[in-house]
Amino acid sequence: MPSSASPSTHRVTGSEPVGPYTLLRLERGGLDPGNPGQFFMLEAPGRLLPRPFSLCLAPPGELAFLVDPIGPGTEALCGLGTGDEIAVLGPLGCGYRLDVDRPLLVGGGIGIAPLPYLAEKLGGSPPVVLGFRTEEHAEAAALLPGAEVAVDPVVVTELIGPGFDVMACGPEPMLHAVAALCPTAQLAWEAPMACGYGACYGCVVEIDGALKRLCLEGPVLDAHRLNGHVRYLVPAESAGAVSR
Amino acid sequence: MRILNASGCLDALAAPDVARQLDAFVTKTVTPLPREGSAPPRIAETAHGMLNAIGLANPGRERFLAEHLPRLRELGPPLWVSVGGFCADDYAETCSNLEDIEAIELNLSCPNVDEAADSAAEIVAACRRATGLPLYAKLSAAHPDVAEVARAVAAAGADGLSLINTLRGVALDRRLRPALARGSGGLSGPALKPVALHAVTVCGEATGLPIVGMGGIESGRDALEFAACGASDVALGTVLFADPGAPGRVRTELTAACADAGVVNPEDAAGLRKSPETQRKVPA
Ligand SMILES: Cc1cc2nc3c(=O)[nH]c(=O)nc-3n(C[C@H](O)[C@H](O)[C@H](O)COP(=O)(O)OP(=O)(O)OC[C@H]3O[C@@H](n4cnc5c(N)ncnc54)[C@H](O)[C@@H]3O)c2cc1C
Ligand SMILES: Cc1cc2nc3c(=O)[nH]c(=O)nc-3n(C[C@H](O)[C@H](O)[C@H](O)COP(=O)(O)O)c2cc1C
Ligand code: FES
Repeated sequence: MPSSASPSTHRVTGSEPVGPYTLLRLERGGLDPGNPGQFFMLEAPGRLLPRPFSLCLAPPGELAFLVDPIGPGTEALCGLGTGDEIAVLGPLGCGYRLDVDRPLLVGGGIGIAPLPYLAEKLGGSPPVVLGFRTEEHAEAAALLPGAEVAVDPVVVTELIGPGFDVMACGPEPMLHAVAALCPTAQLAWEAPMACGYGACYGCVVEIDGALKRLCLEGPVLDAHRLNGHVRYLVPAESAGAVSR
Repeated sequence: MRILNASGCLDALAAPDVARQLDAFVTKTVTPLPREGSAPPRIAETAHGMLNAIGLANPGRERFLAEHLPRLRELGPPLWVSVGGFCADDYAETCSNLEDIEAIELNLSCPNVDEAADSAAEIVAACRRATGLPLYAKLSAAHPDVAEVARAVAAAGADGLSLINTLRGVALDRRLRPALARGSGGLSGPALKPVALHAVTVCGEATGLPIVGMGGIESGRDALEFAACGASDVALGTVLFADPGAPGRVRTELTAACADAGVVNPEDAAGLRKSPETQRKVPA
């Protein structure tokens, strides 16, 4: 659990398009930005349950999230304007271990979200490779100046050289491909989450051979720990591609 | 009026600060053998509610007693253990192993447990013989006459009722496939509240037993409505997912809701509902 057991209310300080995504900026208030790869539960206006989002950037006094509008909750968040307020809980879960020698950041589609904050915390401009479904999605690469970018039909795994400590986030097929290439990679997984703090048992995936709560064990896991399929609903039209 | 959590909606060991806001902590249902639970996806949001098919994932009786219960005791709040099983002996054996807790809640609305009135009563009777601890029977409102089930479990020795469990439902994803791997799941949240208020009303009238009311409670006003229908205590379930601070918030709001309704204690609201005269004065 984060330091406070209750979500706190945060004012929207800005909302800007980044390709097809929206960068949503919130007043930070008393929240700790946490470790890269940790996530926050954001109230989705008009919905019963909050939605999980990785922290994308931590500008002074703000927390910024990159949101892909794929359904009612994310669309409601993308529709927020400056001055609106939402409830926020976090930071939650376990993020990336930063004690690596040769980091390589790998992102697919909206999986770019946690990488800007990760790059900042690692320091020294670590190499980044990104994969996107279209040129429009690839506009999000502007969040990581200097990144190498692949656009379909080129897949991001083709840009991964040997000898790196891979830290990845992206759709399931990409993560499985990265795990096959780099058995020591740290991978950020997704599952539907109702609570984000271990209360509902809704987010279980097969970790170390048993169904465990991804919100507590992860979302970032060493590649070898997730031996089963998440079996999460990757839309068929994007399965096999590098972004959803 | 005590504020509890609804069984299965809080892991006190993962979130001790949330559990400490409660007047008692109710465990997830414990079955005789460990259960890994249903395959994911297990949850889906619906209009004013959610579906879950967790599948009673729990460590099983032996590990619960040896590892979980001692750690739960250290947290502070009084404990209620939710007991599940597949026959009366399953339930009774778990009950006979429990001591030094505040109450036992019998989850009589488990999958694979026949919900006919006599079967629920048989389970309660077997548990009554096995323990002297207070026994709360948790019923489903899916039965055509929940008051009849309530009467039967009262006659079998239940000390109280927990009302209600989820109602079975189905949600479809964009491509018209079931959103949950298991196909169907239990509906919880605000969509359930009118059904729960009805069950509390008729079961209270039928038995006079103390009732823990639950189903879609999100605010102090909701809790007061359960009191008005005859609940002595309330439990918070789905609301905890969006707001782990709900127990403290609902308690504060309850005081204000009582003042708005012109009652001193939530219990006094039960009298208001019965009198058509005052009923009209209760703010909507
Ligand atoms: C730890 C974590 C961090 C996340 N970080 C971000 C982030 O930084 N930016 C971002 O845009 N999204 C992120 N997500 C995903 C985001 O939470 C979901 O997209 C969102 O909950 C969907 O809600 P919705 O109401 O818009 O759509 P829903 O109606 O819930 O879903 C619409 C469609 O998308 C599918 N879907 C829903 N959730 C997911 C998911 N998690 N993965 C794959 N498919 C899904 C559904 O099955 C459905 O087909 C993260 C998820 C997790 C678990
Ligand atoms: C994720 C989840 C898990 C649940 N697990 C249990 C359980 O193990 N045993 C039980 O008796 N009820 C269980 N329930 C039902 C709740 O205890 C409660 O009766 C129901 O959710 C209605 O209350 P609510 O609308 O406030 O959630 C569960 C509910 C949810 C949402
Ligand atoms: S999201 Fe509720 S237990 Fe993980």
